[in-house]
Amino acid sequence: MLLQDKDRIFTNLYGRHDWRLEGARQRGCWNGTKEMLEEGRDWIIDQVKKSGLRGRGGAGFPTGLKWSFMPKEVGVRPHYLVVNADESEPGTCKDREMMRHDPHHLIEGCLIASFAMQAHACYIYIRGEYVLERERLEAAIAEAYKAKLIGKDNIHGWDFDLYVHHGAGAYICGEETALLESLEGKKGQPRLKPPFPAGAGLYGCPTTVNNVESIAVVPTILRRGADWFAGFGREGNTGTKVYSISGHVNAPCNVEEAMSIPLKTLLEQYAGGVRGGWDNLKAVIPGGSSVPLIPKEICDDVLMDFDALRDVKSGLGTAAVIVMDNSTDIVKAIARISYFYKHESCGQCTPCREGTGWMWRVLERMARGEAETSEIDDLLDVAGQVEGHTICALGDAAAWPVQGLIRHFRHEIEDRISNYRAGKPVFVPVAAE
Amino acid sequence: MTENTRTIIIDGDEVTVPQDYNLLQAAEAAGREIPRFCYHERLSVAGNCRMCLVELVGAPKPVASCAFLVRDMRGGPNGEPPAMRTLSPLVKKAREGVMEFLLINHPLDCPICDQGGECDLQDQSLMYGRAGSRYAENKRAVEEKYMGPLIKTIMTRCIQCTRCVRFATEVAGVPELGAIGRGEDMEITTYLEQSMTSELSGNVIDLCPVGALTSRPYAFNARPWELNKTETIDVMDAQGANIRVDSRSGAVLRIMPRIHDEVNEEWISDKTRFVWDGLGRQRLDRPYARKDGRLTPIGWDEALDIAAKKLSGEAARIGAIAGDLNDVEGLKAAKDLFDALGVASIDARQDGARIGARDGSSPRQSYLFNSTIAGIDQADAILIVGANPRLEAPVLNARIRQRWLNSDCQIGVIGEAGDLTYPYEHLGAGADVLAGLPKKRSGFIKTLKDAQRPMIIVGMGALARPDGAQVLRAAGELAKVVGAVSANWNGFNVLHTAASRVGALDLGFLPGEGGRDTHAILDGAGKGEVDTVVLLGADEIDMERLGKAFVIYVGHHGDAGAQRADLILPSAAYTEKNGLYVNTEGRAQLALRAVFPKGEAKEDWAIFRALSARLNKTLPYDDLNALRAALIEENPVFGQIDHAPGAEGVADFDPSTLGEAGEVSDAPLRSPVTNFYMTNAVARASKTMAECSAMALAATRMQAAE
Repeated sequence: MLLQDKDRIFTNLYGRHDWRLEGARQRGCWNGTKEMLEEGRDWIIDQVKKSGLRGRGGAGFPTGLKWSFMPKEVGVRPHYLVVNADESEPGTCKDREMMRHDPHHLIEGCLIASFAMQAHACYIYIRGEYVLERERLEAAIAEAYKAKLIGKDNIHGWDFDLYVHHGAGAYICGEETALLESLEGKKGQPRLKPPFPAGAGLYGCPTTVNNVESIAVVPTILRRGADWFAGFGREGNTGTKVYSISGHVNAPCNVEEAMSIPLKTLLEQYAGGVRGGWDNLKAVIPGGSSVPLIPKEICDDVLMDFDALRDVKSGLGTAAVIVMDNSTDIVKAIARISYFYKHESCGQCTPCREGTGWMWRVLERMARGEAETSEIDDLLDVAGQVEGHTICALGDAAAWPVQGLIRHFRHEIEDRISNYRAGKPVFVPVAAE
Repeated sequence: MTENTRTIIIDGDEVTVPQDYNLLQAAEAAGREIPRFCYHERLSVAGNCRMCLVELVGAPKPVASCAFLVRDMRGGPNGEPPAMRTLSPLVKKAREGVMEFLLINHPLDCPICDQGGECDLQDQSLMYGRAGSRYAENKRAVEEKYMGPLIKTIMTRCIQCTRCVRFATEVAGVPELGAIGRGEDMEITTYLEQSMTSELSGNVIDLCPVGALTSRPYAFNARPWELNKTETIDVMDAQGANIRVDSRSGAVLRIMPRIHDEVNEEWISDKTRFVWDGLGRQRLDRPYARKDGRLTPIGWDEALDIAAKKLSGEAARIGAIAGDLNDVEGLKAAKDLFDALGVASIDARQDGARIGARDGSSPRQSYLFNSTIAGIDQADAILIVGANPRLEAPVLNARIRQRWLNSDCQIGVIGEAGDLTYPYEHLGAGADVLAGLPKKRSGFIKTLKDAQRPMIIVGMGALARPDGAQVLRAAGELAKVVGAVSANWNGFNVLHTAASRVGALDLGFLPGEGGRDTHAILDGAGKGEVDTVVLLGADEIDMERLGKAFVIYVGHHGDAGAQRADLILPSAAYTEKNGLYVNTEGRAQLALRAVFPKGEAKEDWAIFRALSARLNKTLPYDDLNALRAALIEENPVFGQIDHAPGAEGVADFDPSTLGEAGEVSDAPLRSPVTNFYMTNAVARASKTMAECSAMALAATRMQAAE
């Protein structure tokens, strides 16, 4: 059964209604916020824990647990909440729609989450390319200030300032510690962990960094109850989730659906199905460009949640589903993704700095067939040398697509190499229509 | 096991290590070598080279051992102590992987690389790398960067470890190095390719684990295995940095720091490091005598005869001034000879500093850096009077900066307001500010009074002036008022600029009864009251004031003194003799000979010993050992090698009695060092120092123009 409209959190995801405060209020935002805060911070964290909300930024770390890592009492250093709106993962465009059309969900979420973590200031780090989104978010924040929903001496009784910081467009600044560095005015390079941000984050103070969606769903969870949210999806993968569906589908879209929906259902019901029919599907990248792709055989019955996708050696990531039909030059596609990671590597640590370029160059040659068959294993080995050896997860993100490609489409690379040697065209696209 | 230590298991062996060790240190404590490039004990942890990956039992991924503390390790589920592996196949594979990545874009130019033979990348790839290369693509090339006359860059070799960046930012205090670009295109550079404006810039050469930053003056000169390495002591400033002099066939080819945590940690200044080309230029390699107005080479025999004749004149009409680079032995022999001749007008304070006394009336604490250099690490308030430590002792200044960085230590300055690489409160320029300080109630005086371990650092800029003795008294009184001298802390410090000064003061190379001091000798020479002046490497006096006196110059460089001289007795430079130097802390250190003196030059003490024989006042020692025995017998401090007295004898030390009572003038206190690169004869002979000096002057002019 598909998710019903009454159970959708982002009721203005498509911008058909008024995004302003008045419209947002009519859709339920800022309703009973004060009462929720009066329940106390332990209740809020407990509700978020009970709801089973897992971070929506990609890693899927339980949000309530993350909040509980913050020091119980504010010491000499203030606490901060930082919202990661540096949505740069290729294929992902969910936060953008939320900030553009439903900004008050986020603003209210910021207030509640900051209250729960005893932060009086919250920074929203928004991606450099999101100019209109920033303007709208800032307008919404100005409305909230004016209505005394946030700010000093607001009607909720928790002094709270909300700042929007505009990034400069680097993918790496979406990594939470690189984001903090960038926010502090330094070069966006990830920090070593430990210490984790909850111990020493922004300006060395206890900080929690959350994705836009993780924060924006919190007010509705509290309003409707943790059980309501936990009622969707499977155990450990609960709630609703905004999926971004792009690529070779008839109607690319963002859609809020329950977790653990079958991938096939998601594509057929909301995205108009794969171009040329389900059987024309070649592969899907289910969670943004960084996760390994899954071929059609797996797509047939895989569920869209963290655990199911992990079991097929992929991941839910940001739930940005990139669909590729049989016309796709899959090697070229992964080579392009590899180029992206090579370009966005910050250059701080060795495996990523050197490995991303190496992988990209080999893949480019493989896409043309100009390679040795033995290089496929070398490439896999290099990807393994990058994965898990870096400071941040960008190394993993660069390695996984390559590993996914070789895992599922090794034969295609081999064909290409032998075609090239035989003087045949290396890639013959299959007509989509 | 105490609260601060923890027992962990490394490759099956149990070791107990402090909690705040990182895994790399813990592994070293257990006798495991962990390869590393970016990690350096004296810099912040970057964790970016990934070479030091180790396996944590129970962790999904290998961790960078430099960035993971023993405290953060997790034990096993049943209370087992935490365990790590440094020899496992996973670790081996990880190291090979990182090594391969480092090498794919590293040029194969080891045969023409100056780092060859002492390259971390070479050594570690041999130990931890793969045998072959799998990389078939083109290697990356990086455009050259200009970093000034000292540092040669071949940035294609750079492995982006950022040690140099961290050194410049943290230790040198000039955030002028940084990385531009991202990913593969990340490059280390100075802003707009200007040279570093630090007196410590040369240290990045040692820090660079590869051949990206090498020494420009040393370029293509030698291979490390060809060099004779001599561990000795630096004389460019009074800090007495521990150095290693590398030489080949009689020539000094480079100077590197040695590690001495209490003196120079492992840094040296650019002057110390790059002055060596000055040791090969402008050298006095044979005796000269002025004949018909021109200096003419003569033999030793004739030279000693002339000297003996001049020195056998009336003792009251003879004076001697010692310079800044003399070893204690040479001064001792000279002093013994002058004593035997009855010459009382001797002075080792060529700048006229009003400090020290021959009659024992000024205790040793009155002219030492009593807190010790390592003591800076405990100071909580520092007042700098009439000194610019950045120019006078750059490594010591870096230590003050470290203290400022790592604590709430407050720093105040009386004198010139220069850039010391750390912020400070500028209390004023004149000595009257110092004298008036004890009467104040608030401001910096309160900071000093509240401090547990305050330091007052008095520089030569405050003491080498007519009211120097009065300034010394004012500083001493302040030290007393703020409680800088307590049971186990002596916060009264004199920062010297001359390497030979403390040794000379300990020795009593000072005017005897009725003797003239430096200014009086010069005045006397100008008025014709002094006929003969012996200059022991004294080049920083106003030669015009010597008038018509006969000048005997004993020294090693053809500088101001030699130009004025009527007789030159060539001696040995600091790398050419075994000698004792006492640094500003009062730490006696032994310097060793790296190369032999040039040409016919002799060691200083031997010259005076030979001269004494000609004068029938033969000194009672025939070799250096006998001389040292006499020296130590006379003053035991010379026998306490590498010992800094610090707060010893502090109970008998009353700083408020130092110097002389009286008014101080409001003339601004100026550091004696205005041009860091040109402070002594060796440096003035160095081409490298001349280039640095020209660049520094140009930079100053540019600033002034802006």
